[in-house]
Amino acid sequence: MEYINIIFSETYKILFLLVPVLVSVAMIVWLDRRIWAFVQKRQGPNVVGPFGLLQSLADALKYMFKEVIIPSSSNKVIFILAPIVTMTLALISWAVIPFSATQVLADINVGILYLFAVSSLGVYGIIMGGWASNSKYPFLGAIRSAAQMVSYEVSIGVIIINVLLCVGSLNLNDIVMAQEKLWFVIPLFPMFVIFFISALAETNRPPFDLPEAEAELVAGYQTEYSGMMYAMFWLGEYANILLMCAMGAILFLGGWLSPIEIYPFTLIPSAIWLIFKILFLFVLFALVKAIVPRYRYDQLMKLGWKIFLPLSLTWVILTSSYLFYFNLLPTN
Amino acid sequence: MLSDFLKDYLPIILFLIIALGLSCAFIVVNLILSPKHPDPEKLSAYECGFEPFEDSRIEFDVRFYLVAILFIIFDLEIAFLFPWAISLGNIGLLGFSSMMIFLFILTIGFIYEWKKGALDWE
Repeated sequence: MEYINIIFSETYKILFLLVPVLVSVAMIVWLDRRIWAFVQKRQGPNVVGPFGLLQSLADALKYMFKEVIIPSSSNKVIFILAPIVTMTLALISWAVIPFSATQVLADINVGILYLFAVSSLGVYGIIMGGWASNSKYPFLGAIRSAAQMVSYEVSIGVIIINVLLCVGSLNLNDIVMAQEKLWFVIPLFPMFVIFFISALAETNRPPFDLPEAEAELVAGYQTEYSGMMYAMFWLGEYANILLMCAMGAILFLGGWLSPIEIYPFTLIPSAIWLIFKILFLFVLFALVKAIVPRYRYDQLMKLGWKIFLPLSLTWVILTSSYLFYFNLLPTN
Repeated sequence: MLSDFLKDYLPIILFLIIALGLSCAFIVVNLILSPKHPDPEKLSAYECGFEPFEDSRIEFDVRFYLVAILFIIFDLEIAFLFPWAISLGNIGLLGFSSMMIFLFILTIGFIYEWKKGALDWE
């Protein structure tokens, strides 16, 4: 009986996290398209609902009624499994994100490692989709995407090490609390910039959207997909983008901490601050998409391996030496 | 009574089950609601309107393979750095200098790769 009670109360909490995440993914797609449109002096989606807010919902409904086309030459089981894997992995990472000191679904002591591991698994969905389609464009798109994602994952990993050196714990709440006096964006500013650019590449966002570069690969690994399975790929993609923004906010922008500890600001609940920071980073993501031209593939790989990796590794050595020499390392 | 360890991870397992169920439900609903008009042309692999020329699992650039190998090396290194980074305050000069020697060796390997042209794409 007790087990059932625990399972029910946890499921209740999970639904309270899952539904807002799904709704905000739909809203963020709308926001992305609106910002993109405004930069180009267009209107963007503005017909369905007030300001077009319900556009994504209408899109999802439309996808529901579209025919499911599974190519006859594809490996059917893997073909169907790929979007499921992508979406599931994109959603479960949200289980460890802390919205305040107590509002966290699973306060595990290896939080950041869990996040890093789950976001690494995301590449499987893409590889599976591209391979199972048994068509040229998805195949080429998938290997491009996989190579790009693993390359930038290395630099994201090294950047996380930089933050961990200053924190001394893998728990996400500890990482937030360590920034009470000073957000890590100030001492580790170059790392924040590299993290942001790597996050763009890791989520296949423009200017690094080479896997689906329309002019050459049609739609990359999604070419053969239709209906809801196609929608699940972009749902997973945008959930991942939001997650990367959340990770950036937690690692560098003080997570749910309020920026000013003065009376009127302390009244705002901490979850709101986290949401503001995620939104701020997302608007940057959307602006980059609208403004920056696409990279060439060799430039992309060069940037990842020859610039970001040496730079972030050097920064690890600098940070650790500095902290070690001045005895500032956290002990536990 | 559940152990503390399980209590921490139970929400994640439940979340995994719910997320999996939700994604499967999406596909099932789509299958039920959608029209079905299969056609051999519609079901064939897409290739700009004509019949696919050859098998799509063609040979690809060996550099992708090289990138994968490099990734394994550097990801392993990050796996070593994680515990080192959080316990550096406790392990003192010995721990600090051992990691610096390790990183030095790794850097030599990295420079070798760079000079060999493993990181160049044309």
